[in-house]
Amino acid sequence: MTADPLRIAGREFTSRLMIGTGKFPSAAALRAAIEASGAEIVTVALRRVDLSQPAADDMLSAVDRSKQLLLPNTSGARTAEEAVRLAKLARAAGLEPWVKLELTPEPRYLLPDPVETLRAAEMLIKEGFTVLPYIQADPVLAKRLEEAGTATVMPLGAPIGSNRGLQTRDMIRIIIEQSEVPVVVDAGLGAPSHAAESMEMGADAVLVNTALADAEDHGSMAKAFAMAAEAGRMAWRAGLGPSRDRAEASSPLTGFLQEQAPSGA
Amino acid sequence: MEVLHAIERWPQERILAQVESASLADVDRVLAQEERELRDLPILFSAAAAQRLEPMAREAQRLTRRHFGRTIGLYVPLYLSNVCGADCAYCGYAVRSGIKERRVTLKPDEIHRECQRLAELGFQSVLLLTGEAPRVTPVGYIAQAVDIARTYFPSVAIEVHSLEHEDYRHLAEHGLDGVTIYMETYDREVYKKVHLLGQKKDYVYRLGAIERAGKAGVRRLSIGALLGLADWRVDAFYLAVHGLHVQRTCWQSALSLSFPRLQHAPERFKIPRLVSDRELVQLMLALRLVLPEAGFNLSTREAPALRDRMIPLGVTTMSAGSSTRPGGYVTHGEGTLEQFAIEDHRSPQEVAAAIRGAGYDPVWKDFDHAFDSAESAGYSLA
Repeated sequence: MTADPLRIAGREFTSRLMIGTGKFPSAAALRAAIEASGAEIVTVALRRVDLSQPAADDMLSAVDRSKQLLLPNTSGARTAEEAVRLAKLARAAGLEPWVKLELTPEPRYLLPDPVETLRAAEMLIKEGFTVLPYIQADPVLAKRLEEAGTATVMPLGAPIGSNRGLQTRDMIRIIIEQSEVPVVVDAGLGAPSHAAESMEMGADAVLVNTALADAEDHGSMAKAFAMAAEAGRMAWRAGLGPSRDRAEASSPLTGFLQEQAPSGA
Repeated sequence: MEVLHAIERWPQERILAQVESASLADVDRVLAQEERELRDLPILFSAAAAQRLEPMAREAQRLTRRHFGRTIGLYVPLYLSNVCGADCAYCGYAVRSGIKERRVTLKPDEIHRECQRLAELGFQSVLLLTGEAPRVTPVGYIAQAVDIARTYFPSVAIEVHSLEHEDYRHLAEHGLDGVTIYMETYDREVYKKVHLLGQKKDYVYRLGAIERAGKAGVRRLSIGALLGLADWRVDAFYLAVHGLHVQRTCWQSALSLSFPRLQHAPERFKIPRLVSDRELVQLMLALRLVLPEAGFNLSTREAPALRDRMIPLGVTTMSAGSSTRPGGYVTHGEGTLEQFAIEDHRSPQEVAAAIRGAGYDPVWKDFDHAFDSAESAGYSLA
């Protein structure tokens, strides 16, 4: 097959696995996951890092910025204004003007606030940011964000950390069908098979954190997810047939037409 | 008051009867469920459940890692004042505790010095505490202390007397992001017996304080029961009732629970219901199964050996290097009255090393000034 890079806002990436960093037991464990998987986009919560001393920060130093895009995220923000402030602080501290918008006003399930997310996206795009919003699997919201100018949409498969896989399958299918920007399935993917399934449906990438951080062997699990994402992508490109619940006669409704002998002269 | 009704719906006799009647089969059924509810809690507090601590611990660990990852947040308490107008029978600060050591209230320059020392030690999250003396440490004083602390720490919480909604809102506008307020005991009879003077005598007013803080916009809410005063199963049950209620009513705030355990008290007070290590662990595991998304705080009241073993059982934040004397880090030394004796005397770096040793990442910073209004945060956003 021909080369198949992931294109986001004019940049090309080979890997289709993005990694979240919040839950790893150490910077070394995070580094192992990044290196083994070949991930090229790594997202870091700005509330966790000390931007005044980036070199001394464990989490920031785990990312090799010559190989990976360090994608700051706004997790913990409850309003658009808070998210915008965080993004600007990150840019002022020398990070690239890319931001993963996470507006999660309730701390239990960390579900995204659609209203504040759209508002923040509009504000940040006006300020020149490349915006990757974490959203509910809401096809209308996805279109609204795309029209506002976001670089991707990142619908959740299931609540963060739940490992439940594609609970929002039907809505994600619609988002993928309608989207003009890359669709990244984010949150809830607990096993490599979930990542593969997302990619087989036509998602452009997946983002995983908990399942990697919680594994005994962080590197191997990250690699397994990367391989699953790649396999799913390859299957999608190869033209995966639709699945059926049971065997079907090949033409139960129109087969009779073939039984009639063509009338000859 | 709704939380009071929620508590009253569960008379103590009903809780204890269910604890008594729980069988091993009940415990195994609850453990096999994907999700647990309040009504499962008495079963998890039972003698039968005490035989299933290992599977409870495995499940508690799984749930905690799912939500919080393998991380432990670090914070430090900073006592601003040991002046107290209340008379809580178990407390070293009580006005009639009989302890004669010096009482002080830190002045602004002293607060600066204490904060600076703690920031140098690496802390980015501080808990400011006072006694129950609204006239000595009024809201204006607390607001000033919050202002000072915020110049050193991204995250500032308070543990002071119960306040009004407007007070909490005022403090939140100063950048306060956390409020801790322990009910001590939810058992009303016991509450009355041990709280002898001052505003704290008012059970209902104190019970409502954390919701007033949450509705005023405070992001982190922490509640707790002081174990040793009443039957731990009763207090822990009501703590869960309170926590579940707060999660519903203050849905934008993060809830955390504490289980401070009385091990020492002033001479005049005999601790009525001492809680063993085993019971403390069972209590914590059971609560984790019913409140999977609540933070669990563990202070230096507990000894190093136990603290280290509790890290993988559901704890999410720990204090370290604590002093319970106002000015205890720099300004004042021995001879100043402490609230209680701490058991874990290790330095913050030693505690962080123990956390890493347990396979967890010590998290110093988990909050940012950007969550406050830009003006007060003092950032230039050019």
